[in-house]
Amino acid sequence: MPIFFLGMASVSIFTTFGIAATLIVDAFRFFSEVPVGQVFSTNLAPLRAQPSFGILPLINATIIVTLIAMLVAIPIGLSAAIFLSQFASPRLRKVLKPVLEVLAGIPTIVYGFFAYSFVTPLLMKLIPDLGAKNALSPGIVMGIMIIPMVASLSEDAMNAVPIILKDGALALGSTKLEVAFRVIIPSAISGIIASFVLAVSRAIGETMIVTIASGSSKVLTFDIKQSMQTMTSYIVEFTSGDAASGTTGYYSLYAVALILFIFTLGMNLLAQYISKRFREEY
Amino acid sequence: MINEEKVLSKPIFSVNDLSLWYGEEQALKKINLSIANNQVTAIIGPSGCGKSTFIKTLNRMVENIPIVKVDGDILYHQKSVFSNEMSVEELRTRVGMVFQKPNPFPKSIYENVVYGPKIHGIKDKYLLMEIAENSLKRAALWDEVKDRLKKNALSLSGGQQQRLCIARALAVSPDVLLMDEPTSALDPIATGRIEDLILDLKQEYTIVIVTHSMQQAARISDKTAFFLMGELIEYDDTQKIFSNPTNKKTEDYITGRFG
Amino acid sequence: MFTQRQPSIRKKASIGKLDLIEAAPKLNIEINRNRIARRLILNNSMRIVFLIATSLGIVILAILLYRIITDSIGWLNLDFLRGNLSIFPERAGIKGVIIGSVWLMLIVIPVTLVLGVSTAIYLEEYAAESRFQTLIKVNISNLASVPSVIFGLLGLAVFGRMLNLGSSILSGGLTLSLLVLPIIVVASQEAIKAVPGFLREASYAMGADKWMTVRKVVLPVALPGILTGSILAMSRAIGETAPLVVLGIPTLILRIPNSVMDDFTALPIQIYYWTLDTVLTREYANLAAATIVVLLAILFGMNAIAIIIRNKFETKF
Repeated sequence: MPIFFLGMASVSIFTTFGIAATLIVDAFRFFSEVPVGQVFSTNLAPLRAQPSFGILPLINATIIVTLIAMLVAIPIGLSAAIFLSQFASPRLRKVLKPVLEVLAGIPTIVYGFFAYSFVTPLLMKLIPDLGAKNALSPGIVMGIMIIPMVASLSEDAMNAVPIILKDGALALGSTKLEVAFRVIIPSAISGIIASFVLAVSRAIGETMIVTIASGSSKVLTFDIKQSMQTMTSYIVEFTSGDAASGTTGYYSLYAVALILFIFTLGMNLLAQYISKRFREEY
Repeated sequence: MINEEKVLSKPIFSVNDLSLWYGEEQALKKINLSIANNQVTAIIGPSGCGKSTFIKTLNRMVENIPIVKVDGDILYHQKSVFSNEMSVEELRTRVGMVFQKPNPFPKSIYENVVYGPKIHGIKDKYLLMEIAENSLKRAALWDEVKDRLKKNALSLSGGQQQRLCIARALAVSPDVLLMDEPTSALDPIATGRIEDLILDLKQEYTIVIVTHSMQQAARISDKTAFFLMGELIEYDDTQKIFSNPTNKKTEDYITGRFG
Repeated sequence: MFTQRQPSIRKKASIGKLDLIEAAPKLNIEINRNRIARRLILNNSMRIVFLIATSLGIVILAILLYRIITDSIGWLNLDFLRGNLSIFPERAGIKGVIIGSVWLMLIVIPVTLVLGVSTAIYLEEYAAESRFQTLIKVNISNLASVPSVIFGLLGLAVFGRMLNLGSSILSGGLTLSLLVLPIIVVASQEAIKAVPGFLREASYAMGADKWMTVRKVVLPVALPGILTGSILAMSRAIGETAPLVVLGIPTLILRIPNSVMDDFTALPIQIYYWTLDTVLTREYANLAAATIVVLLAILFGMNAIAIIIRNKFETKF
């Protein structure tokens, strides 16, 4: 019987290898066909007769959308965590926490719909030259989607600070705000930063919201009012049948996927490292 | 004798009919007690008698527990601690507390001591350093740490950490120091040093100490209160409590018949 | 018996020292009253700011639900639920779509239960504290963070191409199973860990071997936790879009799938395709909204069942 369980448990290892192998093999084909100079150029035109595969526009778009998402998720998520762990009464917590959990459980496609059919038209009224496909709308909605993650992980980190430290600070006449900022947050900082890193990783890997709301423009731009294609939505575009199997275009998506995989894996290992390395000894 | 009368006429704390409930369970039953200035008042009693709960009412720390209900009054310098006149932050600045398990912040020794002055808005580095030095000297810790103020407080031994917590409490110039079994987590030598310190400190501060050790109460306190099951059984001069108590229950506890 | 303590001679000298030290400047209470008042005002205003930030979540959720429900009014009715897909919005129904999602779950549930629970059993009962356990744990944790698109690529390569399952239900179901595997592994691990040691010891004491103990003692007690984990995994799988898009699930399916090898479509995919085309065909937005309501209703139902299971059947030790 144990052999059976061992076999089943190994499936997870095979999955990781499978992912790595799938990505590396076809990415390798891509890199062997396309000169490195072109890959790191800003010219992305995979469907032309003479295609060019500069992937910098994709990386740029991913970074921009992620940045916007973090500007939304981190302040609001951290504030929610501070409120729930330091200020809220148990009754208030019982009401607010489940709501955040519901937000976390909504499928991303629903957020994608929300971004495209509600947020974008709304923003277009406020910002006159905002494109129908732009980076701002999905960035904001992505940030909203990630708030519960930041809030819950940061709250866990803050609640892990021993109560006697909180009591000690209160007994010295601190206000709750002072306890939160002078004792709790400094003590929990590694967990809090780890939650930020995980949030970035989530944003980088998010697909549907950007595919729907940000479009597929492959021009490198910093203008968030315009369309731009992220790494994830490039992969979706090309597997939806735009490139025949075996072409360089087809392999390009594996190259992009490999870079994506390395980014997110790196972020996750970083989060684990931060969590462990800088944990305060209480 | 005359001094004592003068002092007793204006007690620092007057506790009037204080009752406390944890939800449905009553933990303190109509406590009446006065605590005099510049004395060490010890609170003794068996586990669960309410002595820790009682001391935490004096600086309103007991309110941090959500299901707590309080009835009766506590007067600090003749003013109710529950009135709007004095915020709980001000009360806790003037009535300091040291806990059973030493709880220095995971910061440097210096940062621990100046935590209080800093939140009171003192920014001047020289002033802060002066306060730190004075507080650490008063807590009999200065000589041991003066060369390593920037080191992490957690690198100190248990006894040193506790003296650091005392220094931290003293740094905001309280007039009362509440101590909740401050030496129960320490070895005998560290305990002895802190008991010496308490005898020094009573010249300038009023000290209320909860202790599970009758010997400790007898060694260092001027007055002793005996609590049993949430009630104050007897409160008198320490000499009297330990040699000639009035109440039979007190005598039973002192002689070790229970607890 | 008890003697008053005399300060030791060593201390007497330092008492003298204390006398000579200037008293620390007593913090001026009057100034502090103002400062304390200011600190309290700051405290209370920041509390409100943080409360608003937390409530922002509720507000946004409310707006989101409101918009989606209003968009779906008039379009979400029995005909919609029972009809077949059509390129003409007025005639489109999602019966086939719902059935497609159900088929997917019929694959995901058994596969994840077997794989996930086995992995958890292995980690907790057979390999505790070994290097192999750490390896698998790290693996699971890393897999949990891989973007779902990449799982789609894996599925395309292994199930779609290598095993030649194309874009069938089996292909989609297996891909989604791998995606949500970490969820059920972690939940099962927690449930198995929570089974108290004394129950296991009692079983061993009666002569049972490990597998029998697991089967007769550990699993039954851990079952509510495992089921909750399974429902969580399903909730995630039923809403996942990206892997299915990558696998090549088609835009329009006219026939209802009959077997696991058939082509299919699922709720999230349908929402996606309709949302993409809303500019050209306005009514698609309403169809998408109506489908979202159905999806959210199913999710709500699943989570309600999970909560009921947890409250009713979990034994507290």
